Amino acid sequence: MRRRLRRVAGVEAVGPYTLLHIERGDLDAGEPGQFFMLEAPGRVLPRPMSVCLATATELAFLIDPVGPGTRALCRLEHRDELNVLGPLGNGFDLDVERPVLVGGGIGVAPLPFLSERLGRPPALLGFRSEWHAEAAALVPNAEVCIEPTYVTELLPSGVIDVLACGPEPMLAALRALVPSAQLAWEAPMACGYGACFGCVVELDGELKRLCVEGPVLRAA
Amino acid sequence: MLLNASGCLDALTAPEVARSLDAFVTKTITPEPRGGNAPVRIAETESGMLNSIGLANPGRERFLAETLPRLRKLDVPLWISVGGFSAEDYAATCAALEDVEAIELNLSCPNVDDAAETAGAIVAACRAATVLPLYAKLSPSTWDIAENARAVEAAGADGLSLVNTLRGLVLDERTLRPTLAAGSGGYSGPALKPVALAAVYACSRAVDLPIVGMGGVQTGLDVLELIAAGASAVALGTILFADPAAPARIRAELAAELAARDLGQLLDARGLAHSSLQISGSRSGNGTQKRAANKQKSTA
Repeated sequence: MRRRLRRVAGVEAVGPYTLLHIERGDLDAGEPGQFFMLEAPGRVLPRPMSVCLATATELAFLIDPVGPGTRALCRLEHRDELNVLGPLGNGFDLDVERPVLVGGGIGVAPLPFLSERLGRPPALLGFRSEWHAEAAALVPNAEVCIEPTYVTELLPSGVIDVLACGPEPMLAALRALVPSAQLAWEAPMACGYGACFGCVVELDGELKRLCVEGPVLRAA
Repeated sequence: MLLNASGCLDALTAPEVARSLDAFVTKTITPEPRGGNAPVRIAETESGMLNSIGLANPGRERFLAETLPRLRKLDVPLWISVGGFSAEDYAATCAALEDVEAIELNLSCPNVDDAAETAGAIVAACRAATVLPLYAKLSPSTWDIAENARAVEAAGADGLSLVNTLRGLVLDERTLRPTLAAGSGGYSGPALKPVALAAVYACSRAVDLPIVGMGGVQTGLDVLELIAAGASAVALGTILFADPAAPARIRAELAAELAARDLGQLLDARGLAHSSLQISGSRSGNGTQKRAANKQKSTA
């Protein structure tokens, strides 16, 4: 378990988000839904980010600058260096028949990589504004809605293979609608490898460490 | 000797990190299972982090039946961190432990009064319950930590672990409400280093016990400073979250620091911080100075 020093290969603004490209080198991209801990310049703790795009030479992470750590990551510039640890956690189960991807807000982050691996299945994406919805361009075959319309209103009935990432209320609503859904959860975490017990979420009365038992969990 | 601070590593999830240390210290074990506090449990600050994990652990029975046998298979010396809500709680867990390197008594549990008498009473009860080495982990949230150190020494502690986290609070920048669900939490990371150094420094003058120093260690130099202040071993906490390979890096840095200072081995540096004080004089009484001087001799 060792961090690797990697160079920033490029930085792109995508609506309010930043798409941070790093040189991949010999890094394993992992499975869609897995994440890396990214060293945030000047901060005590790294930040967990799911892989958004993986090419032979680059990995890219979509980052919402919501706090000091993510803002520091978004300020990185081309050729800056940062330590990365990963891939970590459990990704999506790709053994699905008729997948529908569902994303809300920054929860769109793991979907471009997931879409690529699943052969560009249909996707439903919800955002709070047109500006945020610029990130929808990263996901092929996406139908987009803006608040106050929610993705759950667009979900056709009878869908079984839902693979989703987004805010907790969205995941909770999907859970109720589609018991077989695979949901990628989010929680503040210090380490990403099971050491801190900080990233627990309570599911059915049990506290689970998202970094080792998730971040993708079956709804039921 | 490098250890992890209790609660900063799960050896079963990351065995290779545990094997890179000289001993693995478990999360604190309480008599009954504890799920711990509700999330959010982690918050970063400018120079440290807060946690409010809440002593999440499987409880004594499951720890002994399931966790401990799996930990033994890792072939890493084990220190068991023991917690509770009364002296009897602590003593009962100590009595149930055997064949481990040491027991660390977490005397800084938020629900246990941390007065010196209480810490002393807990250590005394544990002393009567086990022959294993007992390390008392003290809170730095007291004006005179040396008083607590003397109390636990008198009660039969074999060593000190210094320090536990400080209580801290982080507010969400948007809502101005506490970020942690539990409100406040334990403050650790780089900001804690001067606090740890002060505690180790004061306690090493007050008692003749080996000290495991911890608090904000990030580099080999930080380890050397704690040893110079009087520690004989050092534990890594928050740095392990950011860098699981920190132990190997810190060992390499430490070796370079020792070589650059013509110090043959780490313990040659033990207590060095006290020698300059003797030259410049201090407000402390002669007794503690004499003790520090003796310690210099004994480790030279």
